[in-house]
Amino acid sequence: MNLATAIPLTTALARLTPLRPGTVASVDWKSLTAPEARRLRELGLDEGVEVELIKGSGILGGPVACRIGRMTVALRRHVAGAIHVSPLA
Amino acid sequence: MNPVPLIALVGNPNAGKSALFNALTGARQKVGNYPGVTVERHAGRMALPDGRPVELLDLPGAYSLDPSSPDEAVTRDVLIGKQEGERLPDAIIVVVDASNLDNHLRFTLQLIALGLPIVVALNMIDLAERDGLKLDYLALEGELGVPVVPTVAVRKRGLDQLRERLGEVVREGATRIEKGAGVQHDIVVLQRRARQIALAATVSETAGRRWTHRIDAVALHPVAGPVLLLTLLFVMFQAVFAWSEAPIGWIETLMGWLSGAVGGALPQGFIRSFLVDGLIAGVGAVVVFLPQILILFTFILVLEASGYMVRAAFLMDRLMASVGLSGRAFIPLLSSFACAVPGIMATRTISDEKERLTTILIAPLTTCSARLPVYTIVIGAVIPNASVLPGVGMQGLVLFGLYVLGVIGAFLAALLLRRTVTKGATSGFMMEMPKYQAPRLRDVALGLLQRAEIFLKRAGTTIALTVAILWVLASYPVAGPGQKQSEVSIAGHIASGIEVVVKPIGFNHDIALALLPAMAAREAAVAAIGTVYAVDDPDGDRGQDRIRSQIGARWSLPTALAFLMWFVFAPQCISTIAVTRRETNGWKWPAFMIGYLFALAYVAAGLTFWTATAMGL
Repeated sequence: MNLATAIPLTTALARLTPLRPGTVASVDWKSLTAPEARRLRELGLDEGVEVELIKGSGILGGPVACRIGRMTVALRRHVAGAIHVSPLA
Repeated sequence: MNPVPLIALVGNPNAGKSALFNALTGARQKVGNYPGVTVERHAGRMALPDGRPVELLDLPGAYSLDPSSPDEAVTRDVLIGKQEGERLPDAIIVVVDASNLDNHLRFTLQLIALGLPIVVALNMIDLAERDGLKLDYLALEGELGVPVVPTVAVRKRGLDQLRERLGEVVREGATRIEKGAGVQHDIVVLQRRARQIALAATVSETAGRRWTHRIDAVALHPVAGPVLLLTLLFVMFQAVFAWSEAPIGWIETLMGWLSGAVGGALPQGFIRSFLVDGLIAGVGAVVVFLPQILILFTFILVLEASGYMVRAAFLMDRLMASVGLSGRAFIPLLSSFACAVPGIMATRTISDEKERLTTILIAPLTTCSARLPVYTIVIGAVIPNASVLPGVGMQGLVLFGLYVLGVIGAFLAALLLRRTVTKGATSGFMMEMPKYQAPRLRDVALGLLQRAEIFLKRAGTTIALTVAILWVLASYPVAGPGQKQSEVSIAGHIASGIEVVVKPIGFNHDIALALLPAMAAREAAVAAIGTVYAVDDPDGDRGQDRIRSQIGARWSLPTALAFLMWFVFAPQCISTIAVTRRETNGWKWPAFMIGYLFALAYVAAGLTFWTATAMGL
């Protein structure tokens, strides 16, 4: 594995262009509380899963809606910010 | 004799579990409670193909056997045989959404590892196929090692096959497993295995129709979304009043006919007076509100079943976050507009303990439907039926104001509580947003039937009993000439004691008398006032007209306004206090709730009375 694929170019899920799917490259699990991390896993989030932003946070900083796998999920912005996504090849 | 086999119905939220439960058991359902927790126990009967009856238990939806809410804890405890008052199930039916295999199979794998006999219902297979997903059931069965049956619960497809496979795993005389195996906790391992299996079972997959996302583009839109939500709420509250007029008329006619029939059949005297003026008048005053309560619940059930409720929570999250709550708290609070009891019970889906407690404590501030009878009667009696603006009546405006006041009170209380007694880190907001679907008439009807049953049972027991006791207390000893029955009677004397406390905030003797029965149920205040005026004046108008005209004659405007204000804040209902006690496991929080709400009510009513008096109203 060379350096270029080991450190791919990623974007935080919260800042993704809506309706442009990508795959989860890494998740900053440490910035989340244990219950947050656990529920996020239960909602199907994992490295390698396909995700897509459906509705961004907006100017007031509300929650985001995104697709994780085949499921639509509402997340607070800081959680969506901990999920790093690389664009679909 | 052995008890009939117990089959647990388990699945992720939004897997169509309740629809399957309704389809399998029909109306033969029993709703109860687990001891110690307020999680409802839904059970029903069905027969296996060989005629053996089994009991089907609908467990709360869960994402895993590692609970993050009281609801999910019940599901886990039942399945490991640790739930008080429930035996270990003989078998499990896992309900899986066919179009969300990656996710739902993880929980299925965890359940299979428990070691109980199991059948997988691969539900909503029609929607999955329509979305361009083709699955290989046999491959799935092979991978999982347990029977898999494709079903469409809402169309009753696959049910016979499901019963057949269930009959095979629940063999007669099979050794009952006394204790399940341990719980497999490693979620990452389970998740990856689930994805492998889902991949192996998927024959082909095309990009499906994305109509859910298309609706969401509007429903979650920063401008269109809130406008849609407000419109829906407006239509809902409008409907509660507009649609209920006719059915309320029917119930009043029925009650009038009933009291006429009973009155005509019995001779003048104690029994007749007790039945007609006491029981029928009192219970009748409450039963007329059944239509409004059912309309409100219809909206809530439809919003929930359609998948819109979570979108409403999404839209409300930002606002709720500003008072230290999350969008999730919006759902129980909206239910509290119908009744705080199911509202408080709905808080059990909130995983954060402090947020849940705050929501419970403020739930009684949202205007529940039991306040409606009180508001409508008093407003009808003292507020002139005039127009403020074209199409906007003064009475309606006051009623709307009382609702708004309750909401503002709830928000301010949350803000204060989250900074003091329920202080804690801001809780998160993470929720699955289910696909939109047309609500099934049958499921909504069943839900409504259960609510109606609870309400009528309450009217027939708690309220009837309260009214009966009050009638006796208000009727004896009999007043002599020139004396007023409502003052001479035992109830009158008790009320005189209460009056000392509430006189400073403008409450008169009649109100003091109504406050006590209102603790049993808020609506009983109307029934109580009705009873008082009935024993004082047995020959006057009947029903609501009498109450209205008497209030108009006996109460001053500041008193009536203070009374309304009292009902916005006061914790006037024992059921709410009881459910809070059960839900918070002790008397500490209900005691706190009673204290802060009574204080709030007293001050608000007092301020209203003094201000109104000073203004010369």
